[in-house]
Amino acid sequence: MIDISSLLESIKAEPYTELSVRAPHTGVVRFEGLQPGQRVNGPGGEWKEVPGTLIATITRENNPKPVAAADKGVIQAIHTGLDGKFVEAGAELGVLRHYLSRDEVVRMLLRESLSLFCAPERAKYYFVPDIDKKVKISGSRTVSVQDGMELFIASRMKREIPLCYTGPEGIIYEVYFNQNENVDTGSPLIGVCPPDQRGVIEDVIARVQMEWVEME
Amino acid sequence: MDWDKQLHQLTERLNYVRDIFADKHQEDIGLLEKRLAELRQGIEAGTVTKPREGLSTLEDLFFFMECKLEDRLTPMDKVRIVRHPQRICLRDILENVYDNYTEIGGQDEHTNDPAMLIARAYITRRRGRKVFHQSVLVIGHEKGHGEEFRNGGSAKPWGNAKVQHYMQVAETEGIPVHAYVFTPGGDPVEDYPGAAQQIARNIYEMAGLEVPVVAIFSEGGSGGAEAIALADRRLMFSHGYYSVISPEGAAAIEGRLKRGERASAELVERCAANLHLTAEDNVRFGYIDRIIQEPVLGARPYHFEFFRTIRQEVIRATDEVVLGIRGFAPMRGTALRRLRDRELNLDEMYVRWNLSRKARRRLVEKRQKHFLRISRGACLNRRSLWGRLSDAWAEQWWELYNRLIYDFYHRKRRSFSNALEEVESEWDLLKRRITAPWRTLRRTFGKKREASAATEKELTTLSEWDRTEERGDWAWVTARAKEDRAITCPNTGVHGCMDLWAPDLYNEFAGVCATCGHHFPMEYQWLMYNCFDQNSLFEFNAEMESGNPLDFPGMDTRLADAREKTGLKSACITLEARVDGTQIVAAILTASFRGGSVGAAEGAKLVAAAERARRKRYPFIVYCHGTAGIRIQEGTHGLVQMPRCTVAVRRYIEAGGLYLVIYDTQSYGGPVASFLGCSSYQFAIRSSNIGFAGPGVIKNTTGRDIPPDYHNCFQALSRGHIQGVWDRRDVRANLRQALMTMGGRNLYYR
Repeated sequence: MIDISSLLESIKAEPYTELSVRAPHTGVVRFEGLQPGQRVNGPGGEWKEVPGTLIATITRENNPKPVAAADKGVIQAIHTGLDGKFVEAGAELGVLRHYLSRDEVVRMLLRESLSLFCAPERAKYYFVPDIDKKVKISGSRTVSVQDGMELFIASRMKREIPLCYTGPEGIIYEVYFNQNENVDTGSPLIGVCPPDQRGVIEDVIARVQMEWVEME
Repeated sequence: MDWDKQLHQLTERLNYVRDIFADKHQEDIGLLEKRLAELRQGIEAGTVTKPREGLSTLEDLFFFMECKLEDRLTPMDKVRIVRHPQRICLRDILENVYDNYTEIGGQDEHTNDPAMLIARAYITRRRGRKVFHQSVLVIGHEKGHGEEFRNGGSAKPWGNAKVQHYMQVAETEGIPVHAYVFTPGGDPVEDYPGAAQQIARNIYEMAGLEVPVVAIFSEGGSGGAEAIALADRRLMFSHGYYSVISPEGAAAIEGRLKRGERASAELVERCAANLHLTAEDNVRFGYIDRIIQEPVLGARPYHFEFFRTIRQEVIRATDEVVLGIRGFAPMRGTALRRLRDRELNLDEMYVRWNLSRKARRRLVEKRQKHFLRISRGACLNRRSLWGRLSDAWAEQWWELYNRLIYDFYHRKRRSFSNALEEVESEWDLLKRRITAPWRTLRRTFGKKREASAATEKELTTLSEWDRTEERGDWAWVTARAKEDRAITCPNTGVHGCMDLWAPDLYNEFAGVCATCGHHFPMEYQWLMYNCFDQNSLFEFNAEMESGNPLDFPGMDTRLADAREKTGLKSACITLEARVDGTQIVAAILTASFRGGSVGAAEGAKLVAAAERARRKRYPFIVYCHGTAGIRIQEGTHGLVQMPRCTVAVRRYIEAGGLYLVIYDTQSYGGPVASFLGCSSYQFAIRSSNIGFAGPGVIKNTTGRDIPPDYHNCFQALSRGHIQGVWDRRDVRANLRQALMTMGGRNLYYR
């Protein structure tokens, strides 16, 4: 069983992820003059159509290719010594420190602590009527599931197939799908946690929501 | 209290004046403000003993000031007048101009498009004691008085579709159409039926609508206005505007503003003046027939006398249209021509508005010829007099030749061969019946025929694919193919495409990514030389040149730069060519010349090309390499190319030709919303984006963000706007197929 409190402490100790900015292919690298400590933006816009901050340009066969920041953060290191030099594909050009947001921490904790049950095929998913009623009346966290239990109805092209839950026994902590919306293959449908862990998870999440200080 | 109401009215008038003149004429407006405040204070404090007299004096002062300010109105002030919530709207007109009306396109917000109002109305007229109720279909944009659900009079595509439907109803019932234009422009929604495509359908419909159409302009904003304004008579309110683009939009382009930036008031004012968008300007250009004079500083709902004027003018216009194409009416015709509003009460004169079949045809012919004639002088034609004379002679010769060959000789021959075919079919059946026993005996006892080796091979082995196009042996190759560099496909993140070496990509691969099939944009010459037969190109009307009919500041220099850069004289090349031996007339809109924007020269060339194709019975292909829309610097000279070219195209299609459009790169705006979008055969090369307004314009006008692939050709295909998406390398083969299978009967090779 995972100790979620210690997991949170470890995240608090290092409230960021470090992304290595690497050369996508060989070529001569030219940096755009960013210095360590400078803030950069990741891809923006509703459809992520606006590229992130330009960090460097790699030219191969007269083909300049931009290397943009993949996420929001602060430049931790930039290997300016490589400026104007030929680099191999995958060579590290710099390090970007991305500070975790509140939502990211919650997502990370839940990913570690919950057992996810994923969609086996692209379809619309519904709970079976009994469970659906229970979820609507008392919320999903009152529903216990065990391996082999008939839990979902997968609806595709007017064909409805019952789907049994497989995984550890527990309660449904999180529901990730909406009715009447297609769920892609492999996307999580529910997150299940052991009943005795529920209180701990809720406490930790509440602590994160209240105490987490956004660094950006 | 009475004076309270009067004070309120004066306050409203003051607010109106303040809104219209923005920050200008502060002295005059300040004086009105001060005098109004003094009088209000005096009345409330009881120091003014005769409030009625005070109010009367103040009203006189207001009127005097309004008259003074009226003389100082700038074009931008007029734009602010038509946009003001106190401006009369279509509902006011329906209430006050017509004797009765029934809304048939929905009511208030309970309709699929509250910005478009459709009503059956009638006008009551008298002749002596006899009373006549004359029905009309009233269509128009409804701005309301600031109601949000009206969307400011910007009609959605389905609103325009509704109008198209009811215009057909009016045609069936034979009643005139009165179209009131109160729109800043169409809403650039691409969902079916699509903003551009539906406007194109509307214009196409109106180009052949067999009932009198009268359009009245208040706010004529670009394509949205043209959707209902192709009319026999075009009237305009004196304080209205009719323009290709809003002054703010023009300022954003002229000032090269980036997304989110706002143009300065001075630049907007200058652009409004440069666009020549007022009623006087448009009457001078010949795009508006008559001005309806408004009260001082523009009409508002309480100007009841003005509604009477509108009524008289729309009746007069409808009468003139009808009498212009029908029968014998010397007295009434003269009266209409000579007597103005005050002298002739049209309610007491009766002109029947229904038309005979022949008159309907004459009506459409007259309308079409009118639109084909307009804006002729707005471009430069450097063709010599001798050249023009020889063109005219050649046109007459072709007309005569085609009448002789196709209308007479081929028709007779076809009738004869049809009759012969019938007889042959009958004889064939009879012969088979007679010889049936003999054939049965031969099958039973005769020697069986063996298939030849060639037939056997053909039936048992795979067929050879003609790989001419696949070899990459192209007649024309872009200069970019000489660059020694690699190119990255934009889909590399999704499909993992390898970098492509420019000489390979632009030569052998025809600008197509070898991995994912992404089409890199190519020059117009690529398709022109690789799709049409070699040495078959003959350009005509090359002497027609884009001009600067509005003397737009800086435009002459820009045109000279474009000429020097591209070697072209306008954005349109018209030529005769062959595709696999089949003669065609082609018009190419080139993106390299001022973004492929369409002005008077381009319009004139397109009209001439359509006429030439009709006369010679050739298929007419428009290759839209790219177009940014109508050339804004030509103002309404450019805008009227929308109905004008659509009329030409309609005449060509109705003559039984094949009108086919091929899109490439970026195609937006007026051309797509008129003569391109009305084609039944629209195909796009995979590199195309097609739409009504580009992403930047949509963001600026509606505030909506749109997805990056919103205008992609596959999206256009999914929405039903176009008929297919072609690979660039297959264009020639597909075109060959289209020439053989699509189009009407009157093509020379049919």
